[in-house]
Amino acid sequence: MVNHAADIVVHWVQAGMATPWLVWLVITLMKCGAVVGVMMGMVAYTVLAERRFCAFIQDRLGPNRVGPFGLLQPVADGMKLFLKENVLPGHVNKVYYVLAPAITLFPALATIAVIPFGNRLGGEKMVIADLNVGILWVFSLAALGVYGIVLAGWASNSKYPFIGGVRSAAQLISYELAMGLSVIGVFMLAGSLNLGQVVEYQSHCWLVLKQPLGFLIFMVAMFAETNRTPFDLPEGEQELAAGYNTEYGSMKFALFFMGEYANMVVASAVMVTLFFGGWQVPFIPVEQWLGCSWLSGMVYIGCFLAKLAAFLFLFIWVRWTLPRFRYDQLMNLGWKVLLPLGLLNILLTALVLAGQR
Amino acid sequence: MTAALFYIMGLAMLGFGVAVITSRNPVNSAMSLVLLLAAMSGLFVLLGAFFLAAVQVLVYAGAIMVVFLFVIMFLGPDEGVRRRLHWFGAINGLLVVVALLYAFFTLAGKQPPMIGAEGRAGTVESLGRLLFSKYLLPFEVASVLLLVAIVGAVVLARKDARSS
Repeated sequence: MVNHAADIVVHWVQAGMATPWLVWLVITLMKCGAVVGVMMGMVAYTVLAERRFCAFIQDRLGPNRVGPFGLLQPVADGMKLFLKENVLPGHVNKVYYVLAPAITLFPALATIAVIPFGNRLGGEKMVIADLNVGILWVFSLAALGVYGIVLAGWASNSKYPFIGGVRSAAQLISYELAMGLSVIGVFMLAGSLNLGQVVEYQSHCWLVLKQPLGFLIFMVAMFAETNRTPFDLPEGEQELAAGYNTEYGSMKFALFFMGEYANMVVASAVMVTLFFGGWQVPFIPVEQWLGCSWLSGMVYIGCFLAKLAAFLFLFIWVRWTLPRFRYDQLMNLGWKVLLPLGLLNILLTALVLAGQR
Repeated sequence: MTAALFYIMGLAMLGFGVAVITSRNPVNSAMSLVLLLAAMSGLFVLLGAFFLAAVQVLVYAGAIMVVFLFVIMFLGPDEGVRRRLHWFGAINGLLVVVALLYAFFTLAGKQPPMIGAEGRAGTVESLGRLLFSKYLLPFEVASVLLLVAIVGAVVLARKDARSS
């Protein structure tokens, strides 16, 4: 089917019906549709995977009734949330209350645009926007994600959501610094902020082997940025009901939920791209075996998705294995441990690079 | 296309700027300022300054404004505070407007000097090279200034903690 679509485009260009600009537009729209479709599918099935794996970890079965192995459960969940009554509580600030869930989902959908998810497919680079400041785009949009949670907490006009929102703001700001510092080593080695070039740099050796400390800091910071256990204090059930989304229901609640899992997908994608070779297949020279064909392009995309799935599993595994931090422990870890370690990592990388000169 | 985007961003900035100072609800003001900063980073993109655009959103919209919002939400100032016109502020504002208009009209005909390698002015590489060679001293002075500000903030926070 992909071949067929490509033939149509080629035929179109030869017939002189399409300007390069129009071709670019069509191809970009196709990429956007495919990426968002795959991402939302992953979000739906990560929710199912989370429920199933948490059940296995707790010696239960989990949702296994809808379809074979419960595989149609996300469809049932989606139907349920769509059909629920759309309640708007009387005591909320209506504008921000309605906007907040959308603001939470937006950064995840926008950051995926700069992630290279494959090498080439028919001569076309498999990334939506090949920015030369790729990682800064990711960080700046991730920084905007906090507004969704803070505004939700404030607009709900209710104390548990408010405390959840405030906790979240403090946590995200604290861990952004460690996150930013931890990847500087990567870019000192790769010599570019463009994510595609960072992946090219890793064709012989994954950066996790050269930057183990940087990866560790980055991973911990990512767990904190996605509000996942052991950093899920903004929605700590025992003390805050459900935290910032307590006052939400139906699809507005579903948007928060999708935002959390979409952020997990993006966090995994960034970790794979920066430290685990992106779409590169380890040890196997794919292009020697298959040639530069559509097939090898698809193999690269499959490899990227497999690595992504492994990280998503790690997120789930950690959530159901580790207990939550106390708030002072969380702040101490961020400011007194991860921040100095990030600076140390930069210093060590600089010393090694200077020594190699 | 570029001109159209420039006018859209420019009008958005003006609109949000007016909203920042006129809205009664401080949260509305803060969020308008965030949108203003986003529109301004759009202008930087049109100028080819991608690094500046990204850092603008990352630092101002993503970090500083979150802290602003944080403080506003904690203090929860009254919406119904009556606004008085301060003569001092009004005269100062008027003077700044006149100065800016004068600068705008005298500079409008002149071509601004281009800094950096031609055609690559906004890339991270050329910016980094200039910062660490030609503009090293101002860069380091700015770093020291920031360090002083950080130390000052720590000192103020500690004094507060001891007295209470």
